[in-house]
Amino acid sequence: MLRTLVVHVENKPGVLTRVASLFRRRAFNIDSLTVGRTEKPEVSRMTITVDADDDQTRRIEASLYKLVNVLLVENLTNQRAIVRDLAMIKVAAKHEERSHLLQLVGVFRARVVDVAPESLTIEITGAEEKIDGLLEALEPFGVLEMVRTGIVAMRRGNKSSIQGPPATELAEMSPDTDNDDLQSV
Amino acid sequence: MPVVQCDVRFSLGNSGRRYEKEVKRMLKTGAEILWECLAREGVAHVFGYPGGAILPAYDALKHSKIHHVLVRHEQGATHMADGYARASGRVGVAIATSGPGATNMVTGIATAMMDSSPIVCITGQVGSKLIGSDAFQETDITGVTLPITKHNYLVTHASELARTIREAFYVARTGRPGPVLVDITKDAQQSSCEFDWEAAKPQLLGYRPDLSPTAQEYAQALKLIQDAKRPVILAGHGILLSGAMQEVRELVERTGIPLSLTLLGLGAFPASHPLNLGMMGMHGEAWVNHAIQEADLLLALGMRFDDRVTGSLKTYAPQAKKVQVDIDPTEINKNVKVDVALIGDLREILRVMLPRIQPTDCSEWRGHIDRLKGDAAVRDIQNLPDSGHLYAAHVISDLWRETRGGNTVVVTDVGQHQMWEAQYFKHEEPHSLITSGGLGTMGFALPAAIGAKVARPEAEVWVVVGDGGFQMTMAELATLVQEELKINIAIINNGYLGMVRQWQEFFYERNYQSTPLLSPNFAKLAEAYGIRSAVVTERSQVVPAVHSAREHDGPVLIDFQVEQEDSVYPMVAAGAALHEMIRRPNPIVETAEDK
Repeated sequence: MLRTLVVHVENKPGVLTRVASLFRRRAFNIDSLTVGRTEKPEVSRMTITVDADDDQTRRIEASLYKLVNVLLVENLTNQRAIVRDLAMIKVAAKHEERSHLLQLVGVFRARVVDVAPESLTIEITGAEEKIDGLLEALEPFGVLEMVRTGIVAMRRGNKSSIQGPPATELAEMSPDTDNDDLQSV
Repeated sequence: MPVVQCDVRFSLGNSGRRYEKEVKRMLKTGAEILWECLAREGVAHVFGYPGGAILPAYDALKHSKIHHVLVRHEQGATHMADGYARASGRVGVAIATSGPGATNMVTGIATAMMDSSPIVCITGQVGSKLIGSDAFQETDITGVTLPITKHNYLVTHASELARTIREAFYVARTGRPGPVLVDITKDAQQSSCEFDWEAAKPQLLGYRPDLSPTAQEYAQALKLIQDAKRPVILAGHGILLSGAMQEVRELVERTGIPLSLTLLGLGAFPASHPLNLGMMGMHGEAWVNHAIQEADLLLALGMRFDDRVTGSLKTYAPQAKKVQVDIDPTEINKNVKVDVALIGDLREILRVMLPRIQPTDCSEWRGHIDRLKGDAAVRDIQNLPDSGHLYAAHVISDLWRETRGGNTVVVTDVGQHQMWEAQYFKHEEPHSLITSGGLGTMGFALPAAIGAKVARPEAEVWVVVGDGGFQMTMAELATLVQEELKINIAIINNGYLGMVRQWQEFFYERNYQSTPLLSPNFAKLAEAYGIRSAVVTERSQVVPAVHSAREHDGPVLIDFQVEQEDSVYPMVAAGAALHEMIRRPNPIVETAEDK
């Protein structure tokens, strides 16, 4: 099954190569990998989804920790986490179909970011399932071009991943807006 | 390129000449910092080969007390650093130029990686402005060595050098040791900066070499050990790396649990100890493999269940609970699923466990293992009737008998002779065998022996090498002579790439494709280098030749021309179950059948 790992690494040249090379060398299949800055300039953060079983996931975590530049590995699979993917979808839009398309955009809480004579470009952010849902709905109109960023993920609640486990389970009380999104679809 | 001067002048602006001199004194070039840091890390010897991109470093060597051993090929430099590290436990250092110098190191680095050997490789790199331009002798060596180093660095400024070197040594020797490569651009060697050793402390936020098990894990392991009726200890290289020889011995003697060694574990526990069963695995003793297959507990100490010791994983020790002690979490459940894993330093872990371990009664089990020996002794080539042929086993056995009790280090290459050495040379002392296990690098022996001799000049160093592997790196004979090292070389010469020939005999219908091997006249070759030599073709000549070699002050090469088509027994075929071994034919049974 797909696992979501968040990897905090030192923001140094070549670290992305080290992580990517590790997956290749140990023959694990990366489904998606994103990397970006964090609140600390010296730390970068990767969100990696990988198809692996429990044992393999443990070995991946251990292998990641073996890289000198890796600071922390969080396994957010089945954890209370916010998981987001961003997609841009260029869809064929004939004049008579536009209002129907705009309705769909509204329902999915997506946005139109570019309008051309024969097409619309839609931007959507959300859980992967939600984006899959919009894509499915847009398919009949003709998807001309599509790009997805791959997911980024963050644990819910007060707990900062760097600080270790929280004293209280405040996380349980945080509103789950992601599910709201899905319910509205 | 007057880069050094430029730096200083620019930083001074309009200040006077006197002041300029003072500042210069506090500044060091990257090259000077390199040697200063190596010296402070305790390095007394480096193995290297100069070239364009590393020339500034070599130029600064004249101010250093470090002794530089000039090798004949950079692969040799890495094996020497490796042999140095394995013989002494200290970090070995190899140095080379950019491009081909660096890529020639790759085999040696991979060898050190597979066998957890702490070495630091320094390579020169083209100027930082030229990186990525396919400049002369430019290779992305940090990219090339990424999967075969524990960690590597590209240094483009002199100011990064001190910290990087300190980190490299720290990473190489701590945790599970391994090779670290530091690639230094030419301008980083030439430019100057202030040198402050104290301020250049390692900053390794993500590096955690000091893990230790939980109380619960200890309790689970102890319970499994206490409950076991048919336990076997699997002892590996980790014992030597952790320095846990005494603790392991205490564990064995207190519990009475019999112990078996991996190839790289040989020497970690005395061969003559009554509870030492011998070597396990593909060419291990038959009774050891049977005992492992019948065991109800395997206690793995610093070993990683390599495919050469497990045979088929599906059928491996099916009744056994497994407890694995290893410093590397990625080794847990990699090949063999274990019931309890204790992750941390073996010596520390055994020190915690020993006071809580009760004596167990394994006498019945040990009696059973004794009976498993069966007719093994009869099948031993040593006990076959003298056919007039010289066998490798004779050579190894006589060499062991002649040198026993001394401070002997045997460095072997890879192949049949390596396995015969492991079977017939009885290693009593730690670090008395140096061999390439994980990577199986032919050509390892001669350069690694040079490294071992440099690290331990008081030791009697013997190279045991095949005629194939020797020819891969025999250029290092010149290094040996130039360094005036007393090393004895025993070539086990059977005219074949013997282990490959054996596989062809067993599994490829004796199609000896590309394995018959022409060799030069090794004795004359040795003489050309000024090395004394001898040729031995009969068993009666072995002991006198060994004796004479030991008496001689300088290096000696002996060409042992042995039986050409002998095979290493027992043998577990690749992919077969550990207990399914090809055995040497029992001569008595065979003779009876012939009649």
